[in-house]
Amino acid sequence: MTTDETTASATMAATPEAPAAPQASAIASALASTERPQRPSALSTSVTFGWRALLKIKHVPEQLFDVTVFPVVMTLLFTYLFGGAIAGSVSEYIAYIAPGVLVQSVLFITMYTGTTLRTDIDKGVFDRFRSLPIWRPSPLVGMLLGDAVRFMVASIVTAAVCLAIGWRPEGGFVGVVLGVILLLVFAFSLGWVWTFLSLILRTPGAIMGVASFVLMPLLFGSNIFVDPATMPGWLQAWVDVNPVSDLVTGVRALMNGEEIGSELAITLGWAAGLVAVFGSLTMWKYRDPR
Amino acid sequence: MAELAIETHGLVKTYGETRAVDGIDLAIARGGVHGFLGPNGAGKTTAIRMLATLIRPDAGSATVLGYDIGRQADEVRSRVALTGQFASVDEDLTGMENLRLIAKLYGYSAKAATRRAEDLLEAFGLAAAASRQVKKYSGGMRRRIDIAASIVVTPELLFLDEPTTGLDPRSRNEVWDIIRAMVDYGTTVMLTTQYLDEADQLADRISVIDAGKIIAEGTATELKASVGSGMLHVRVMDRADRDAAREILLRELVVDVDIPQDPQGLTAQIEDRGRVTRALTALDDAGIGLAQFSLGQPTLDEVFLSLTGKPAEATDEEEAA
Repeated sequence: MTTDETTASATMAATPEAPAAPQASAIASALASTERPQRPSALSTSVTFGWRALLKIKHVPEQLFDVTVFPVVMTLLFTYLFGGAIAGSVSEYIAYIAPGVLVQSVLFITMYTGTTLRTDIDKGVFDRFRSLPIWRPSPLVGMLLGDAVRFMVASIVTAAVCLAIGWRPEGGFVGVVLGVILLLVFAFSLGWVWTFLSLILRTPGAIMGVASFVLMPLLFGSNIFVDPATMPGWLQAWVDVNPVSDLVTGVRALMNGEEIGSELAITLGWAAGLVAVFGSLTMWKYRDPR
Repeated sequence: MAELAIETHGLVKTYGETRAVDGIDLAIARGGVHGFLGPNGAGKTTAIRMLATLIRPDAGSATVLGYDIGRQADEVRSRVALTGQFASVDEDLTGMENLRLIAKLYGYSAKAATRRAEDLLEAFGLAAAASRQVKKYSGGMRRRIDIAASIVVTPELLFLDEPTTGLDPRSRNEVWDIIRAMVDYGTTVMLTTQYLDEADQLADRISVIDAGKIIAEGTATELKASVGSGMLHVRVMDRADRDAAREILLRELVVDVDIPQDPQGLTAQIEDRGRVTRALTALDDAGIGLAQFSLGQPTLDEVFLSLTGKPAEATDEEEAA
């Protein structure tokens, strides 16, 4: 319980339950205010829904557990687990794995978008949003914008842990920021896969299961942890077509201050494709869910 | 404004094998309260969700305030509001934040949204709870914030899905007062309920719905006339008097008098309440002592029994008169 709430409940206890009945005359005058503001823009309603997501974080700070503790554990675990075996030492491995583990942390967390949406739908609050005269995708876009803030927190935490254990990116601050931006663009697009899942599956558990199943080959069958050169041919073929590999290569290049190659175009292409396909599928199911 | 608030033709919604709504025709005038009465699972919520453009009908057509719910859904949405059966506000946010959120989504500036939210919280008796999370509200308060959120911009038509289910009597009366205040102002309200007495209290006209079909429509008085004025339950003091008491009731009430399991009990479906007083006086005159008697309002069960020949799933408590 936050201090905010403690004071609120203390005040409530101090003032005996005042006559808190609704007043017909005041309701009538509230109704009589026939003010009909101009219909807000798509951007404005999306940002308002993003604000809602941040308010929820304020009231339920535990929501930040997955974006703070989880990346720390993953970074430390993978760096020290593989560091010695793969690169000889942690200090050498960190340069290779830091951008990869950043990508892994953030993409893994994106699946919570799906479970959160399912919970919202089940509670009925989405009925209210869907009955409003607003740009239809805005509750979902707003939610993903709010999530972008969570992803940013995860990125900062992961980067901080990597820096603390010896990561010195060649690309400097600007390179790291550019890498994170590319990652956030891809994460936002991947979010539409989970929103679609949450509209066709009935429970948060089922969404989690399917999302993990999809994420496993994407994250582990990639160049996040090791150079694919040592892998058997069939796995190399998969790693090659895996969009996460291109994303990781791109993020690595930006953070290491190297010239980014075709990976930028490929990653942005995938992002656009995901939004086009799964954004459309999501909106199609959104009209008539369940 | 001559056009109807709601007009539907053959509205159908199926979920798998179930025809949740099975061909509903409605013609509801503007103004006042229209009640949708039926047991759980009758299709009330599904029908309302179609009319509020939340789900799409599988067949049939409907206009709300003159706009087609399919082709002109956006026009419908900007004129109606919905208070769902379950919390239709965000339980993690405070009452104030919820109302500001809705106001901003309607296009209010940040300042105007705060002012509107304050006015509404005050009007609904929630000012003291403005900065508390809605999940900490009582059932009655939660329902009030739900309704307040529905009138952030005054709707022409308000859908209320079972607004008093699960509320204590005091909160229920408060919700009723709110609905009356809105109707006095001129808002059209469409209300679903499982309770005959709620429909009786509020609704000008009632559609009785069962298994996705409308099985009766009319005013509360008309519906009740179809089931008589309720049930008379009598318990004689001495079981030996029961047959004599039955003879007197048969004569005075001019309706059939049933003999329940209870060896001292008698029940009769009443058509004319006036006769009950005479019947009780006659029992007294004959020296038959009564342990107890009660005259119940016709219940939803009785309405259903008489309309469909089978009892409703949800039973309603009888009101002792």
